Amino acid sequence: MSQPVSPIREPLITGHKTYHDITEDLVSPTEKTTVSWALATMASALLLAYGVFCLIWTFWVGIGSWNVNRTIGWGYDITNFVWWIGIGHAGTLISAILLLFRQKWRTGVNRAAEAMTIFAVMCAGLFPATHTGRPWFDFFMFPYPNTRGPLWVNFNSPLLWDLFAISTYFTVSLLFWYTGLVPDLATVRDRAKGLRRKIYGFFAMGWTGSAKHWQRFESLSLILAGLATPLVLSVHTIVSFDFATSVIPGWHTTIFPPYFVAGAIFSGFAMVQTLMTITRKLLKLEDYITIAHIESMNKVILLTGWIVGTAYLTELFIAWYSGYIYEMFAFYNRVFGPYYWAYIGMMGCNVLSPNIFWIKKFRRNVTITFFMSIFVNIGMWFERYVIIVSTLARDYLPSSWSYYWPSWVEIGIYLGTFGLFFTLYLIFVKVAPVVAVAEVKAILKTAGDQYVGVEAAKKAEAAASH
Amino acid sequence: MKKKDVLFGLYDDEEILLKAVKEARQQHLDIMDVFTPFPVHGMEQALGLAESRLHIAGFVYGMIGTLTAFLGMTWIFTKDYPIIFGGKPFWSVPAFIPITFELTVLFAAIGMTVSFYIVNGQGFGVDNPTLDDRITDDKFCLAFDKSGKSQAEVDQLRDFLKRTGASEVHEKTIEKK
Repeated sequence: MSQPVSPIREPLITGHKTYHDITEDLVSPTEKTTVSWALATMASALLLAYGVFCLIWTFWVGIGSWNVNRTIGWGYDITNFVWWIGIGHAGTLISAILLLFRQKWRTGVNRAAEAMTIFAVMCAGLFPATHTGRPWFDFFMFPYPNTRGPLWVNFNSPLLWDLFAISTYFTVSLLFWYTGLVPDLATVRDRAKGLRRKIYGFFAMGWTGSAKHWQRFESLSLILAGLATPLVLSVHTIVSFDFATSVIPGWHTTIFPPYFVAGAIFSGFAMVQTLMTITRKLLKLEDYITIAHIESMNKVILLTGWIVGTAYLTELFIAWYSGYIYEMFAFYNRVFGPYYWAYIGMMGCNVLSPNIFWIKKFRRNVTITFFMSIFVNIGMWFERYVIIVSTLARDYLPSSWSYYWPSWVEIGIYLGTFGLFFTLYLIFVKVAPVVAVAEVKAILKTAGDQYVGVEAAKKAEAAASH
Repeated sequence: MKKKDVLFGLYDDEEILLKAVKEARQQHLDIMDVFTPFPVHGMEQALGLAESRLHIAGFVYGMIGTLTAFLGMTWIFTKDYPIIFGGKPFWSVPAFIPITFELTVLFAAIGMTVSFYIVNGQGFGVDNPTLDDRITDDKFCLAFDKSGKSQAEVDQLRDFLKRTGASEVHEKTIEKK
């Protein structure tokens, strides 16, 4: 190695890997089926089946099988929609924004995070589609020439913006993810024989690794990243418009877009941590998803946790400072009203608990990270529940005040989305390399532990003194 | 289908390959292509590849998306179906911004990705010939087109590959469209 070796740069690939080791380690999980994988997939599929049953029940019996009422028209479904769509933000953030910032640690986790994004958006999309009550008419939401007179959708409505934002986000994330996957599918293809080779050959789209193709590939990735960066910020901004453009006290605030985006990144990274801590253990990827990766993500969680916490406190302050009685009541109601427990859950999980990550030892502890990631996701779920349900429960007219608790059908659909999410994730882990093979190889010489870090620096020094 | 005789060397490291490519260019050898398992930095300059024009295409697709969304909504809400929402003007530009932005991104992303696969000659089920299975693993390949060259010239290329550090030198006939 002729480049100077920095002792302070922490290696992102450990175990003195060669290029061939990387291929072997990352592709071999797709080449064998383990019992634990089969059991996990069956369990997820069962959960999914229960969710499908609850969906069928909803359509058979009607929305009356849910506990939403005249006062609280948005309950579990919209809470879960916002929760899942928030989770779906980390993938594109990791792959796009961190690509633009040239953060090398993204390569260890981007593939799985992008897959997670796509599956989370699928789970999210299910809720508004179901919420319409007659999902077979959902195509009415798209503007198309029709026979109902020249009848168009309302382009001024944030709900329609949401439809455009989420379908665009889903499409762009899918393209970005699959394009990145193609060279790795070619790697799988070239190791396989017989039918398996034919199948992977079909999906690898005839990738050869030609220099011109790589040049275009890098150009495409960079521009898709440039496009996806404002996109990822726009999606949750528009989701927050669903609330912010209404005239409900507690919703009608300009802080919503940045606050929602920060919350989305916060919960998205937490879900990435949940998945990564398990995946790296089960697939033995500790050399590629290192403690350094986990620490970087925990730093992001700490930062976004504080942004979210600041937003909560700002909301309270502005409610008081506005002098507007309805706004004040909305926030008094959130903290001390019938859903005080959700507010405590939100504050505890989102604002207090991430502070554990100020301590380096905890940031670098996998077990703590795993439990913290679950806490954060519970907290972010409570946040949406607080915003939606506790606000609606106490509206302008005390005579219509109400209380909402989900029915078994609503809970079942929510559980079903976990089934959908994990089934898809497990299938993905089985059929495709869960870490981007080509990208990891490309950073080996600048992030491998034989090239950077304390150990490598010592060796370089010893070699120089001879 | 045309047959193509290819002479190629497999290198073990991208730095050795990069040096070989630079030397081949200095000697004005006619490189057919270079195949690597990952994008190698400096390769496009070494090969003298022209800058990709994909971003220009992306801009054009994006503009088509912008215009489709903005002009479409303008036509719908001022000519085809004017209706008052909340006392706002028919042509309420600020409300058109989110959808205009989303369609810009959508058109640019889809257009660029499709263009990428078309110019690469890629697609689902396409079976482009590959020289060696290890090129997507850990081998770095420098390939020369043998057809139309005399035996002496081919031997010279073979020597060049060996001298610049290729660990293996092979020949293969591939079918090229």
